[in-house]
Amino acid sequence: MSEDWPLFEVFIRSRSGLEHKHVGSLHATDARMAIEHARDVYTRRQEGVSIWVVRSVDIVASDPEEADALFEPARDKVYRHPTFYAIPEEVKNL
Amino acid sequence: MPAGSGERDPAQDEAHFRYVLRLGDTSLVLAQRLSEWIGHAPALEEDLGLANLALDLLGQARLLLTYAGELEGRGRDEDALAFLRDAPDFVNLALAEQPNGDFGQTIVRQWLIDTWQLEMYTALSASADTRLAAIAAKALRETRYHHRFSSGWLMRLGDGTPESQRRAQRALDDLWRFTAELFAPDETDERMSRAGIAPQLPELAARWSARVDEDLRAATLRRPPDQPYPWHGKRGEHTEHLGHMLPAMQHLQRTYPGVRW
Repeated sequence: MSEDWPLFEVFIRSRSGLEHKHVGSLHATDARMAIEHARDVYTRRQEGVSIWVVRSVDIVASDPEEADALFEPARDKVYRHPTFYAIPEEVKNL
Repeated sequence: MPAGSGERDPAQDEAHFRYVLRLGDTSLVLAQRLSEWIGHAPALEEDLGLANLALDLLGQARLLLTYAGELEGRGRDEDALAFLRDAPDFVNLALAEQPNGDFGQTIVRQWLIDTWQLEMYTALSASADTRLAAIAAKALRETRYHHRFSSGWLMRLGDGTPESQRRAQRALDDLWRFTAELFAPDETDERMSRAGIAPQLPELAARWSARVDEDLRAATLRRPPDQPYPWHGKRGEHTEHLGHMLPAMQHLQRTYPGVRW
């Protein structure tokens, strides 16, 4: 089954949402079927207005082993958060 | 139903009831067939997919049978019509009651009915019967998805492996004889067309045929020759299969009449 029915990752944009969010994965023989399965499995309760599917093997993921190297250096740089700065009175609509 | 003629015509009322009942019965019987796949489909995702089709069709059947019961005016609701009639009183297309067979046969049956419903519901959306038109408009949206689903599978099976090709062609050869009934008008159909309630079936047949040829080309399947047919499902003359299917569908209501969840 896994050879003929590869895994696809499913992303759904909800009615009020602006971006597609990962909701899960499923098996399908091709992209068209993956969209249909995603519709039947993940939007039965009106969860979405748009579907993206992508073959799971096509996703390039970061290596958990490298998590320290990738993410640790950001820990001591809290000043990168916009909330770190006081906003002047004159600045509206930020 | 000529507008302005105050007198009711019993024959016309009877035809109206039967016409709506036929549409409802075809959806109901196909829904029941599809639901037989639940727990048996080749993949979890297909299980859900087929169940979704079944639920859409059951929803159509409920609206149509409720309306038919009102047209009949003898106090029968959707449940009475669905669960308390015997096979000869069912007036679905004989194609809908054919057994699931293998997955290929289920898909070919589904695709043939989807293509028929596409034409029927499109035409009925403009019916002089506004309630029927509203039901058809709702069902049409569902049917467009059903056709997307079944024609996609028809292509995968037909243009797939030698085994899937052989099975899809066999299903098509086997089921094709039931398609003659889809567009053969009888007196009920003709009465309803004259009243502007139903479309002219021969006109729909041409559009259906063109779509079928297009899908079959994409699926690399051969269209079988037309054959005369002895089954008149919409007159209650069924294949043996409906009689075997109904006991499973009606068991609960027959055993515990009026039972509620």
